[in-house]
Amino acid sequence: MAKMTLEELRSLRNRKQSDIERREVAGKDCQVIVGMGTCGIAAGAKVVLDAFLTELQAKGIKDVAVTQTGCMGLCYVEPTVEVIVPGMPDTIYGKVDAAVAAKIVQDHLVDHRLVTDHIFDRPSVDIMKNGGR
Amino acid sequence: MHVYLCDFLLDITQNSIEAGATLVEVEISEAFDEMRFTITDNGKGMSREVMEKALDPFYTDGVKHSRRKVGLGLPFLKQSSKSFELQSQPGKGTTVRFSFDLTDMDTPPVGDMAGTMLALFNCCPESCNLVFRRKRESSKGELDYTISREDLIDALGELRTAGSLSLAREFLQSQEDSLSEIEEDHVLKIPAKENL
Repeated sequence: MAKMTLEELRSLRNRKQSDIERREVAGKDCQVIVGMGTCGIAAGAKVVLDAFLTELQAKGIKDVAVTQTGCMGLCYVEPTVEVIVPGMPDTIYGKVDAAVAAKIVQDHLVDHRLVTDHIFDRPSVDIMKNGGR
Repeated sequence: MHVYLCDFLLDITQNSIEAGATLVEVEISEAFDEMRFTITDNGKGMSREVMEKALDPFYTDGVKHSRRKVGLGLPFLKQSSKSFELQSQPGKGTTVRFSFDLTDMDTPPVGDMAGTMLALFNCCPESCNLVFRRKRESSKGELDYTISREDLIDALGELRTAGSLSLAREFLQSQEDSLSEIEEDHVLKIPAKENL
């Protein structure tokens, strides 16, 4: 790809913006939060973040907020990802790799089904204020 | 220990962003045999005492995670890099300089630079501008580019949704790809027998 200028980036965004407006709003108010502490990075969290973006782009889902957090206290099952979808329980997935990320996008975000093999509930008690209570 | 050099960069730059800085500047300079990184922030800084403790893997200030006993970011880096320097002044900010020897077979591969920058832009709060100055030199010449969070926000509006992040990644990748124009032809260096 030729080196883009910021001007080209801006016009590309304006073109895509009108695409979004035409398409039915998918992924609105949904959040994908990737655990990006030292433990997450060491286990490949950045690959997971990339995989989510690639997969969401492939499916044309642009409205999902993709953000990061630090260690969720589940270092033994990193990389971890929290997925928040209105109408579904907030879910923390562990041992996520690129393939699992693709599955989460399809099953959880699109089909509204949990990816049961990778659920690790909520952050561990010692990381939450008042032990999560 | 991290798998890629970019993972060290990601880990250490996060510290600067979390130190309450309003400006974090990252310089990445790559030559044939060495990669040098400088991360400068104007965040809360550290006293000499805290700086020394920060290099101990079994030290953490306990602010982020009150019951955790380890802090591995800087110790990992110090253990793995060729050169490492930490400068800090309370209230003024911190500078971390490190380099890796790219000819050493124990040096991890560089990794995905565009994706790393994107991850950092994504975790940076609105109150903080993050600037990358990337330089690459070889026998064929020298190329560089600079990109800041402010530039990207100006072009894209936000860096939070999957749509904007995908466009930003495309942009950053195109900047990175432009540096490969001066990539060195592959040279296999075999030491003379007497040096083995």
